[in-house]
Amino acid sequence: MSPRGLMPMLILLAALALVPAFGSNTSINFLVSALIVALAAQGWNLLGGFCGQFSFGHAAFFGTGAYVDAVLQARYGVNAWAASAVAIAAGAGVGWLIGFLSFRAGLRGSYFALITLAFAEVLRISANAAPITGGATGLLLKLDARAANFQFASRGVFCLIALTCVALVLALSVWIARGRLGAQFAAVRENEDAARALGIDVLATKLRAISLSAAVTAAAGCLYTQYFLYLDANIAYGSWISVEALLAVIVGGISTPAGPIFGALALHALGEVTRLIARGVTGIDLVLFGLILIAAIAFAPTGLAGLASRLRRALG
Amino acid sequence: MSLLRVDAVTRRFGGVVAVDGASLNVPKGTITGLIGPNGAGKTTLFAIISGFVTPSAGRVVWKDADITSMKPHQRARQCISRTFQIVQPFAGLTVLENIAIGAYLRHADRSEAMRLAADVAKRVGLAAQGGQQASALTVAGRKRLELARALATEPELLLLDEVLAGLNPSEIRDIIPLIRAIRDDGVTILMIEHVMQAVTNLCEQVTVLAQGRVIASGAPRQICTDPAVVEAYLGRGAAARMQAHA
Repeated sequence: MSPRGLMPMLILLAALALVPAFGSNTSINFLVSALIVALAAQGWNLLGGFCGQFSFGHAAFFGTGAYVDAVLQARYGVNAWAASAVAIAAGAGVGWLIGFLSFRAGLRGSYFALITLAFAEVLRISANAAPITGGATGLLLKLDARAANFQFASRGVFCLIALTCVALVLALSVWIARGRLGAQFAAVRENEDAARALGIDVLATKLRAISLSAAVTAAAGCLYTQYFLYLDANIAYGSWISVEALLAVIVGGISTPAGPIFGALALHALGEVTRLIARGVTGIDLVLFGLILIAAIAFAPTGLAGLASRLRRALG
Repeated sequence: MSLLRVDAVTRRFGGVVAVDGASLNVPKGTITGLIGPNGAGKTTLFAIISGFVTPSAGRVVWKDADITSMKPHQRARQCISRTFQIVQPFAGLTVLENIAIGAYLRHADRSEAMRLAADVAKRVGLAAQGGQQASALTVAGRKRLELARALATEPELLLLDEVLAGLNPSEIRDIIPLIRAIRDDGVTILMIEHVMQAVTNLCEQVTVLAQGRVIASGAPRQICTDPAVVEAYLGRGAAARMQAHA
């Protein structure tokens, strides 16, 4: 993507940066939730979009980030910032391990997707049973709103931090897409045999992709922990985040750096609106998400980003 | 000096012996042809040389080093590059991006890789299609793209698996000087080919494979009249019948 193509995204990010200053608490809450999903989706996009390895189990990385961050603080009294750094590294480690086990066995396509789902479920059930995670009661972090604790009295500050994370990963994605690593990811996505013949170590490339992807999604998990200060196994390792991460990317525009952000914001806005309109019908937003996924795959396989560029071509 | 040596290589797939004790020598700076009837094991032998298939027995020697157990990407780094008989473009990428992936092997910098890709595209006659999706190319275009990507890795040995198959006579005429020019630039070439006009035109030496075995090897003119070769293509007794008619 050319730097000019990113302009709408940068304008959008700048506009969002104004929300904490003028927006209500509700709008800030909405934005933070959407940004956490956007970050997780950006992680998914690095593996699924750039490298073509579709995962149904990004909850494994989100949950690991969230839990390591929370457990280190609650059980071992580690500083929140340090805990977050360790959590991101742990997420990358889990990503590498899952990647090593499944890619080395040659799992691709739907087989890879299913094995990631299985890993995430194993982690969810284990976290639900293990004493260290607080089991089914979950884990509550002590409220102590100081910057040193990665907690803030003002929601706005936290919102800006989440926005910064998203912007940084956006920059990282653009950098990867334009360089050698991105070319290697694309080669592996398009044709593994041809990639091999051109000197690309396919396994190493996939492991790089899944570790990076997992680290970014784990960072989203850390943000979740620090914002909501409560975790249980169904939040951290639940399939909701796996689904929202991949849905945001497919709706927003797969393998484009800005796609996941557009997608996450659009989906969340739509989810909120539906919940407002169809009040009392539980799960109506999930039904809608399913319909949107079908529509996106059928009519806009390149997502909102693809629609936008098609529109631009049509208009001028 | 032989750049590549294949030593008594055998490959079995279950009960089928695809390559049976085949040996082959590729001297540096030459164009060597590998011919043989359908199912002779040429493509399997190619896959063994490029590392996609490991032999059941025998050795592959590159510049006096045994590379039999080396993986395909490592061989590419060692300057052995191959094309595929069934073209394998990165369909979702543009022609230039396809070639750049080859160029990235030795150039980490984007602008350098893109410059090299543009040079190679010009050389193989794809300059005008640089911005097109690879999936939009014609058959001849895709064959050129295979060649371009392999060239962009800056190989010392180029393995061409039927780059002329599926091309019409005028396209073949266009591509023959290109292959010769690549050799003249110092790249050694081993090519599988069915188009005999090209083989006699280009190759200094030819190895003939039939039912997995090497049955003849030598200059193209010599090979064409070899009774064993004639029989491999036309059936037992064909050589004698041709002699009788002549």
